[in-house]
Amino acid sequence: MNNSDPKAQIELLQKRIRELESNIDSDSSEEKIKQLRQEMGLLQAERDKLDSIWKKTQLARHEKRPYTLDYIHRIFSDFQEIHGDRRFADDPAIICGMAHFEGRQVMVIGHQKGRDLKERQYRNFGCANPEGYRKALRVMKMAEKYQRPLITLVDTPGAYPSIGAEERGQAEAIALNIREMAALTIPILVVVIGEGGSGGALGIAVGDRILMLENSFYSVISPEGCSAILWKDQEHMREAAQALKITAEDLLSFGLIDEVVPEPENGAHADHDAAAEILKNHLRRHLEDLLAIDVETRLNERYRKFRSMGVIESRAPVAAGR
Amino acid sequence: MAWFKKEKQPIAPTPEEARVVRTEGLFTKCPQCSRALWKKDLEDNLGVCTKCSYHFRISARRRLELLFDEGRYTEYGSDLFSPDPLGFHDKRAYADRLQEARRTTGLNDAVINAAGQLSGRKVLVCAMESNFISGSMGCVVGEMITLAVEKAVEDQTPLVIISASGGARMHEGTFSLMQMAKICSALARLDRLRIPYVSILTDPTTGGVTASFAMLGDLNIAEPGALIGFAGPRVIEQTIRQKLPKGFQRSEFLMERGMLDAIVDRRQIKDFLTRSLCFFCDR
Repeated sequence: MNNSDPKAQIELLQKRIRELESNIDSDSSEEKIKQLRQEMGLLQAERDKLDSIWKKTQLARHEKRPYTLDYIHRIFSDFQEIHGDRRFADDPAIICGMAHFEGRQVMVIGHQKGRDLKERQYRNFGCANPEGYRKALRVMKMAEKYQRPLITLVDTPGAYPSIGAEERGQAEAIALNIREMAALTIPILVVVIGEGGSGGALGIAVGDRILMLENSFYSVISPEGCSAILWKDQEHMREAAQALKITAEDLLSFGLIDEVVPEPENGAHADHDAAAEILKNHLRRHLEDLLAIDVETRLNERYRKFRSMGVIESRAPVAAGR
Repeated sequence: MAWFKKEKQPIAPTPEEARVVRTEGLFTKCPQCSRALWKKDLEDNLGVCTKCSYHFRISARRRLELLFDEGRYTEYGSDLFSPDPLGFHDKRAYADRLQEARRTTGLNDAVINAAGQLSGRKVLVCAMESNFISGSMGCVVGEMITLAVEKAVEDQTPLVIISASGGARMHEGTFSLMQMAKICSALARLDRLRIPYVSILTDPTTGGVTASFAMLGDLNIAEPGALIGFAGPRVIEQTIRQKLPKGFQRSEFLMERGMLDAIVDRRQIKDFLTRSLCFFCDR
């Protein structure tokens, strides 16, 4: 892969082609033009790919995209929200509640973003504090106690980075959730509906099945953050988004998720009802599958699922250490 | 005309190089108290400043030598190797970064798995190497720590993990993120089987490492002055647009907020482990 800016390269090639075209003297320059055209085509294809991946990440954050509550109202009935972590506060960035899914009692947990400025601030842009994760864990344990399946909807730029969040143990809250979710005896279905932002997403995203909406992404760091750290500027978000391979399609091919849930033609934001209907069908099928498996098998499979994630080779170290 | 005639040539000035006493490599300056420390002294003192007890960063190998009886241990999993699963490329190819890190550390990745005796008791220790791409966690680190946890489960042996890491490794993308879930799944089993796990957080422990195994020990202890947190200080500063208070995210700050069980001086860590493992294991 070429490292320098493809846009500048395309322009350079165009210029050279024009120069050659202006004074065609022999067959060799025609040959040359053909070759340059081919090169340019490849570069343009690369550029288009970069654009399409970037478009996807922008769709995942689209301001009209359906959020957790939009899905809850369309997919579940009798939703009753449960508030607070019984330790410190209620975090509006994570929503928990009891609901019916096609006549069955389930627990639903999801990150919640806001639609207008006021609500966005109230929901803290979907960035949860430790209280949010602790509330989620409390509710998960309750679901386990009464053996109700758990459905989580992931949509966060990441856990909130602030002085208060650090003081109250953001890392510990997420860590504990991950470990406890691995061992919950109830079926867990996870759907990434928009942004799957790193640890903040994973804090409610360990389960038996991991689904992703077509235009969602799931990443270890935001493309902006990655650009800032590795490229040391904010200009390379597109390159970062591509290099990180964060689309649903990529992650499915790596075996990190189980299924890509298609969206309506122009994306979920164009038709909330249709998006919810498709998701509902997928949830039904997976939930039925999971309920048919006994607890021990399900837990073993969940373990194997995460256990097998990663690509590793074996080779002796270069210099023997001691 | 002068009364005396200079017959001897004036003494040539000492050449510039000869004027300096060669001390580079022999001394190092303590970043906390600014005193010059003789490196040999510093090393004998386990990398702790002899004057102000500032804890210098030390290598994973050195840590293992300090913990195990007579510094003896056996390694496992050292052959695991990252094939660069994404073909990641920023300003530099990740493959090159890996190559360089392997050359400078002599390790395949950012952790060493070791088994041996600690005060006569069999223990498993994972020591992270912060010099290997900031000690970041990719597939290999995830796999090796999971292997250690599984071995602890299988052999019913106590586990100690010494963290020194900037978090999940960006260059392996979502694979790195999922290592958190992989390790924590194994830790859930360890926890249910009541096999002791002590997490030692050293400078620095941040990001996905703190938000997974480093905070899940039966005991979470830290060395003095270590940077420990979820988000890096710069990210927080940029988000809230405020200067961070002094000592923020340092061990002492975390202990005050109830996030650590103890702060233990490096020179006492072995003793601390011996006593806690006695408490957990001895009937």
